[in-house]
Amino acid sequence: MADGAIQIRDLLFRWPRQPAPCLDIPELNIAAGEHVFLHGPSGSGKSTLLGLLGGVALPERGEIVLLGQPLTRLSGHARDRLRADSIGFLFQQFNLLPWLSAIDNVLLPCTFSARRKTRAGNARETAARLLTHLDLAAESWHKPAAELSVGQQQRVAAARALIGRPEILIADEPTSALDAPRQQIFVDLLLTEATAAGAALLFVSHDERLAAHFARKITLADINRAGVPAS
Amino acid sequence: MKAVLILAVKSAWARRLTLGVTLCAIALASALLLAVERVRHDARQSFTQAVAGVDLVVGARSGSVQLMLHAVFHSGSATHNIRWESFAAIATHPAVDWAVPLSLGDSHRGFPVLGTTADYFERFRYADQRPLAFAGGQPFTTVFETVLGSAVAAELGYRVGDRITLTHGMETLGPEHADKFFAVVGVLAPTGTPVDRTVHVSLEAITALHLDWVGGAPLPGLTIPAEHVRKFDLHAKEITAALIGLKNRTEVFRLQRHINSYRGEPLMAVMPGVALDELWQTLGMIEQTLLAMSALVVVVGLAGLLATLLASLNERRRELAILRALGASPRDLFLMLTAEGLLVTTLGVVLGCGLLAGGSFFFAPLLQAHFGIILQWRMFAASEWALLAAILATGLLASLVPGWRAWRMSLADGLTPRN
Ligand SMILES: Nc1ncnc2c1ncn2[C@@H]1O[C@H](COP(=O)(O)OP(=O)(O)O)[C@@H](O)[C@H]1O
Ligand SMILES: [Mg+2]
Repeated sequence: MADGAIQIRDLLFRWPRQPAPCLDIPELNIAAGEHVFLHGPSGSGKSTLLGLLGGVALPERGEIVLLGQPLTRLSGHARDRLRADSIGFLFQQFNLLPWLSAIDNVLLPCTFSARRKTRAGNARETAARLLTHLDLAAESWHKPAAELSVGQQQRVAAARALIGRPEILIADEPTSALDAPRQQIFVDLLLTEATAAGAALLFVSHDERLAAHFARKITLADINRAGVPAS
Repeated sequence: MKAVLILAVKSAWARRLTLGVTLCAIALASALLLAVERVRHDARQSFTQAVAGVDLVVGARSGSVQLMLHAVFHSGSATHNIRWESFAAIATHPAVDWAVPLSLGDSHRGFPVLGTTADYFERFRYADQRPLAFAGGQPFTTVFETVLGSAVAAELGYRVGDRITLTHGMETLGPEHADKFFAVVGVLAPTGTPVDRTVHVSLEAITALHLDWVGGAPLPGLTIPAEHVRKFDLHAKEITAALIGLKNRTEVFRLQRHINSYRGEPLMAVMPGVALDELWQTLGMIEQTLLAMSALVVVVGLAGLLATLLASLNERRRELAILRALGASPRDLFLMLTAEGLLVTTLGVVLGCGLLAGGSFFFAPLLQAHFGIILQWRMFAASEWALLAAILATGLLASLVPGWRAWRMSLADGLTPRN
């Protein structure tokens, strides 16, 4: 597993001013290019885990290795670089900067990461190609993001996560703002593009029905010894 | 970091309406503060420049500031005139090198008319001891001739050879000395002092104008045509004030005491520098108060900026989390918010400077006409640079607060803000 995408050992994380740890994960490995469905009820710590993987929070104990780099031992600056270079994030809703056009939103990672800019080649063309693949009609590309429908916004966000081919895609409930018929279509689109880019995909949802197309399915409670806090 | 700054500008542009209002408030406040400082600075400058080489100003007993303002700046009015004999007695005092009589009271289209002798053009000094120069023509030699200050000629479009009439009193629509024409024989070069706005005639001309007048009105049934005035004794019997130069400046206090205790009538002699100091002392408090109040207005403007930025921060929480996910560090977000505040402050100050420039252009003639203050069209003086720097520094300080809030927020929120 030396060239795995994500490796977690002995992870312990506790939010400030909370007595019980939120996450206590002895081990989790995700291979390069692997597509994983992570499932767990609301409030179980899924988003918290993604924040740790992104390097915006640090665990109390344990180690996270991303693409062979010991994230937990890097400086804050290096963690920000690694996140910009290697992870494409996709959230539930309001993923876009509302005052930028759709295509400028897609291009954002290229302004934050020289590596992704290089890998994107002709960034505008690449952005246009991704948006076409994700079924966004060209007349919407130059509209301000705020004027797009929620479904369109999620597809723009997906294109943004994909541009510059980051090795890891992290999607945090990206479909929960979509209506049921569109959810499955969106998941399929995302899987197709992740496969095409050769990226590992960690897809988080509380909705198990979406798991069908994933080769691997993890329930957070199974790997997290801290368990769900009683709310 | 550059990427973040570009995004900061784009994001600010998206909120241009709110930020624009804040920016205008800052612009107006800075313009006000700068204007107060500029008028203060230029008032001192122009008052100090207006007389040089005059050791004493002599007039009827009143306030020293009042006498100065009237004799040199032609503003306000004299309580009394002084008799010619008194002037003659002072002018022949052994300590006196030269004495120039001044007679005020008439005007031409709002510009004060000064009756004096041709000596005036020889003796008068301004700024760093510069003498008056003629842009064209020469001093007056006969009764119905006049020499115009540069601004009078420029604003009314007069040239040597033109003919004008004078008005009794300082009102533009006052009674005209309509039957007596004056030929413009000279136009002075600009000096940046009240001389520019003065119409100069001989003392005899002032007497001639008022031969057929009593009080403020023409004598009914009596008109003395211009060609006949020479038959009368035109020697002035009264003047308003006199400028005195000494042979030896160390004599100034002795002569001042001598004049102040003159037996013939109550006279007063003031040293221009001392009178100006007195004026600054009176004005000092007002100036300080005005400055403090405009500084407060600037602070209020910047507080508005702070409030706007903090209010927008809550709406932009999501935006900050997105940038964070894209690789922005908390430091980047701090920079972004601080830069936005500083940008608005800077643009506000720049616009304020523009307003100041436009305002001085518009109000300079008014200030000069009414108060003798000459607003300079110039770069900022040191005191104004200091004010600009202080506004920017305060703006930076105010902008650090939302920057710091964004920093804290991004650390607490991570990638998923919770509201
Ligand atoms: N920024 C935060 N500060 C403090 N506690 C938090 C924060 N974010 C999440 N939590 C807590 O951590 C737990 C897990 O939340 P989260 O990771 O958002 O769950 P999920 O994504 O599975 O719904 C919750 O109990 C929540 O209250
Ligand atoms: Mg969540």
